[in-house]
Amino acid sequence: MAVIRDVMAAFELFQPTSITDAQKLLEQHGTDAWVLAGGLDSFDWLKDRIKKPKAVVDLSGIEELRGVRSYGDHGADGIEIGAMTTLTEVVNHPVIKEKYGLLGQAAELVASPQIRNQGTIGGNVSQDTRCWYYRSGWPCYRAGGNICYADTPEGRNREHAILHADRCVAVNPSDSAPALITLDAKFIVRTRRGERIVDAEDYFVGPEIDITRLHILQPGDLLTAIRIPSTWAGAQFYFEKVRDRNVWDFPLLNVASAMVISGGSIERIRIAVNGAAARPLRLKAVEDAVRGKPRDPATGEMAGRVAVQGAVPLQFNAYKIPLMRNLVKRAVSGVEEAKWSS
Amino acid sequence: MDNKRLDNKKVVETTKAAEREYGVGHKLIGKNYETADLYAKVTGSAKYAEDFRADGMLFCKLLLSPMPHARVKHIDAKAALAMPGVKAILTADDLPAPADTLTDNGTVIKASKWGERGLTMEPVYQGEPILAVAAVDELTAAEAIEKIQIDFEPLPFVVDPLDTLRPGGPNPRTDGNVWTRPPATASQGPGTPAITELKWTESDFAELKKGRLPMGKTPDEWTYGDLDSGFKNAALVLDETFITPDTSHQTLETRSAMAYWRNGKVYIYTGTQSTAQTLPAIARWLNIDPEKVVFISEYTGGGFGSKITGGVTMIIPALLAKKTNAPVMMRISREEETFIGRARPGFQGRMKVGFSKEGRITALDMFVVCDNGPYDAVGDSPSSGRIVSLLYQPQAMRWRGVTVLTNTPPRSAQSSPGGLQGIVIIEPIIAKAARRLGLDQVGIRRINCPEGKAELGPAIQGKRQYATSSFLKEALDRGAEQFKWAERVARTPKRIGTTVRGVGVSLSCYVGGTIGFDGLLVIKPDGRITFQSGIGNLGTESVIDVHRVGAEVLGVPWEKCDVTWGNTAKNLPFTCVSGGSQTTHAMTRAAYATAMDAKKKLQEIAAKKLGGKPEQYEVANERVFRKGGGAGMTLAQAAKHAIELGGIYDGHEAADDLHKLTKASVAAFAGQGLVGAAKDNYPRDGNTYSYVASFAEVEVDIETGKYYIVDFLASADVGTVIHPRALGGQVLGRSTLGIGHAIGQKWVFDPRYGEMLSKRFYHSKPPTILDVPVDMQWSALDIPDPETPVGARGVGEPPVGGGCASVLNALSDALGDEIFQRAPVNADTILTSLEAGRPMQHPLMAHI
Repeated sequence: MAVIRDVMAAFELFQPTSITDAQKLLEQHGTDAWVLAGGLDSFDWLKDRIKKPKAVVDLSGIEELRGVRSYGDHGADGIEIGAMTTLTEVVNHPVIKEKYGLLGQAAELVASPQIRNQGTIGGNVSQDTRCWYYRSGWPCYRAGGNICYADTPEGRNREHAILHADRCVAVNPSDSAPALITLDAKFIVRTRRGERIVDAEDYFVGPEIDITRLHILQPGDLLTAIRIPSTWAGAQFYFEKVRDRNVWDFPLLNVASAMVISGGSIERIRIAVNGAAARPLRLKAVEDAVRGKPRDPATGEMAGRVAVQGAVPLQFNAYKIPLMRNLVKRAVSGVEEAKWSS
Repeated sequence: MDNKRLDNKKVVETTKAAEREYGVGHKLIGKNYETADLYAKVTGSAKYAEDFRADGMLFCKLLLSPMPHARVKHIDAKAALAMPGVKAILTADDLPAPADTLTDNGTVIKASKWGERGLTMEPVYQGEPILAVAAVDELTAAEAIEKIQIDFEPLPFVVDPLDTLRPGGPNPRTDGNVWTRPPATASQGPGTPAITELKWTESDFAELKKGRLPMGKTPDEWTYGDLDSGFKNAALVLDETFITPDTSHQTLETRSAMAYWRNGKVYIYTGTQSTAQTLPAIARWLNIDPEKVVFISEYTGGGFGSKITGGVTMIIPALLAKKTNAPVMMRISREEETFIGRARPGFQGRMKVGFSKEGRITALDMFVVCDNGPYDAVGDSPSSGRIVSLLYQPQAMRWRGVTVLTNTPPRSAQSSPGGLQGIVIIEPIIAKAARRLGLDQVGIRRINCPEGKAELGPAIQGKRQYATSSFLKEALDRGAEQFKWAERVARTPKRIGTTVRGVGVSLSCYVGGTIGFDGLLVIKPDGRITFQSGIGNLGTESVIDVHRVGAEVLGVPWEKCDVTWGNTAKNLPFTCVSGGSQTTHAMTRAAYATAMDAKKKLQEIAAKKLGGKPEQYEVANERVFRKGGGAGMTLAQAAKHAIELGGIYDGHEAADDLHKLTKASVAAFAGQGLVGAAKDNYPRDGNTYSYVASFAEVEVDIETGKYYIVDFLASADVGTVIHPRALGGQVLGRSTLGIGHAIGQKWVFDPRYGEMLSKRFYHSKPPTILDVPVDMQWSALDIPDPETPVGARGVGEPPVGGGCASVLNALSDALGDEIFQRAPVNADTILTSLEAGRPMQHPLMAHI
């Protein structure tokens, strides 16, 4: 049967107004259901007719999924961001700006202003990979087949993985994910059996765990909110995204770090990268290696070297190794701001 | 970091374009004004093809080939046609036979058997339309297409031009792999291009192992001057291989089209660059009489060469409309546009250039392989040689080229076709030579720059062609001054922290005008003037701008002028195609001729009514009156007299030398006022070209490979300025188009399967507004071209090559010569080469 793309197929649209109703609908339709947040990932799949759900559950009418609020017994333990909060709202929120600027910086570098107005924080962390073979409907491992087209002698893999590849070499494209891992965020997931709270880094999975998805959500599950504890509030943050165009581009790589410096030494640190593997990577080895060390260029250089240990380039993505090394170096020891004035 | 850089803080203050005053001594020419279509465009009320509706309108969708080359063995559409709401299917069998072309001088050009027809039973690229289904809505049409079963016989395919030139390499078409043109004969003129087979030898390909472009046999070649002694006498000889990208036109309006038939005529709505000239193209594609075609194209969302006369696919809704006896809308999706929407052919090029110690080019040996795609031969390859020969005036030059077919989407002209590729191949070599010879980058270009009636290309019958004029040296000098070139070059340090700055300059030029077209205006009895514009409304504003010349000549305020455009039923004159930057030159000439014709008629009418001789009258301030005072009449009165007089004055008769299309339009206005209609018969000595000197500064982070263009300036030699704001839009807009080729736009193919991977809009990475400096600058010399009455030349294409090459040259200034040998240049190129200390990307592999 012939294939046609870029025309959305028909589906039944449900627009629940509560999480409970959304869950009921998802339960009712099982694997025929599709969860719709901002639509930026979903509509590509739906327009290409590669995913043809019978029922689409649109979360945009659920008020309890929106907005940024404080949480905890004393109202000062941290913040909770509803999964349907737009990236623009995240960027502009005063508490995020003041205490968790790392997330604001990351969110502001996502795609374009128009996309940030529509895209949500829940969608940004739950989006699928952008591997152009997989997204074009090629029958690869991730799509249930038994080949990776990107990892062949002739495969075009400039934007693919250098770490933790397992049959599939796709990468996670989220900009907010490494920032949330660095901030030690907790993801609130509503399942059939109740609420689960998972560490940000455990929300994401590589192909060795599940080759068909980038996160832990099972059919019927909903990511409802993201909590950021006050652990890293006001810490020293670094975020950098490298992309081809200055707007409307996924990262080639990005890096996020949070540090507490004491007496010139790194007392506490968390650091993560994305675009290097099928899941955003928390770099625990780097954290361990630099903790207690002076925050200086030598420590940065060492951190960069540790970060890329075990990295394996494909034919067209060898640049990601020096790029990751340098980004991690900067995220640890900083970068001199170039003051071109004359 | 990233965000902060986007502030694009200014470093060196450049002269503001706004400080210049254009059109000195004119009332309208060279002045800014509000075009009649402005509000419709900015408020969204403008109707593009997709916005039109007709009663009972159906929609159609296309079935695209999943394979790069195959034969359709069988189509089973039973299940699709049985669906409720499905009205018809159209296959290649339903297409009219390709029509021969009858040119205006009576020559018949036989239809090519290799030509593109809109639908096919032998797809020659992945994404080629095979059939179309019309249904009550798009969803039904799409579902019907999914029910169609096609049996394909896969055929050999190739996506990299070098792969088909190898001994035993696959052919993209069953008849061969290259376009050749038999040599011209005295009796028959140039031969018709044909597809033949060309294979190079294993020893030719030995060069590839050394990272250099193999140079096997080519079908086309020319030489002038003494190449050998040029190289022998050179102080420096460089031999470089360079690849330029294939870039989709990516017009924001896709080539959607709507059509219906009424009283035996077909009405087609689609975006085009050229309203009047698209009509004969439609007639030829449908193989019907041009009188049976009405073509409507009020607004066009971008063309850049991809819609010179629209696209052949517009006949699909027209034929389905005939089959279903209902209007049919074909909305082309972004993905379909990627396949059928045209692209610039990439070049694999090699140049050996000899320089004297002063930097003068003593000899230039140029070799290009042009990736043509599967259909009609594009002219980029020969054009690249001519442009390089004009722009750098080598003392001796050989050009060799081969236009290779591949199973990749069809190419067409794209802003500066061949010009961009030629400029982008040579400019980095000149930059490198200047560094080797210790010369200033502006200086080495100044010494090679064309001047006056500069020659180009090979000798034809003993004589080389030449330009009408070139003031590029002045544009280069003025640009260098405005950009504060010397100050930037002298600035230290070059590196702060991890960032390095570099500056680049490039010359640029392209064809800037044709001659011999018609104009048509009517002075109405109420004193208003209507200008009939056959130019497409393609976004350049030339559709309206050129008529300012007519109003200026006739001394009529612009508020009393109307311009008619966008519909061939509204009686338009024979007009040039808006391609090759012809329009401003060709149609200001026609507008001038037409206004002069109207002026002569006004003088004659005045003499007839008021006595004396016509030359004793002058035309100004909406009147025709005796020179030095005395009797006169208003234009309104003259228009009434024209109607009384009839004949040539009110359109009952037309001048013999007008084109038949213009004559028919003149006749349609008979009796409605004073009709001015004339052909541009003004002489021209030389061929018209326009020129730009482009300047760029970049800031590169050597730890990430990321770079920003921090400043850009284009200094243009484009003749008399007609409309500064539109001109500035073109100079900077087309510079940006060129910059896209430097900073990321390209195609990526999987060569094993012959499929395009970069098919999403965001994959092909056209430049965004945030990829260029906030404060890009332009200026124009405003020196009239001496070979045209108004002095104006075209501007669309000349800035493109310079946009790209100035950025590339700024990058090599910052990073050295061992980074890139292809465009675009991105973080991957920069980082891997910096790590290795030499260019690390494959030197010749296409589409990576």
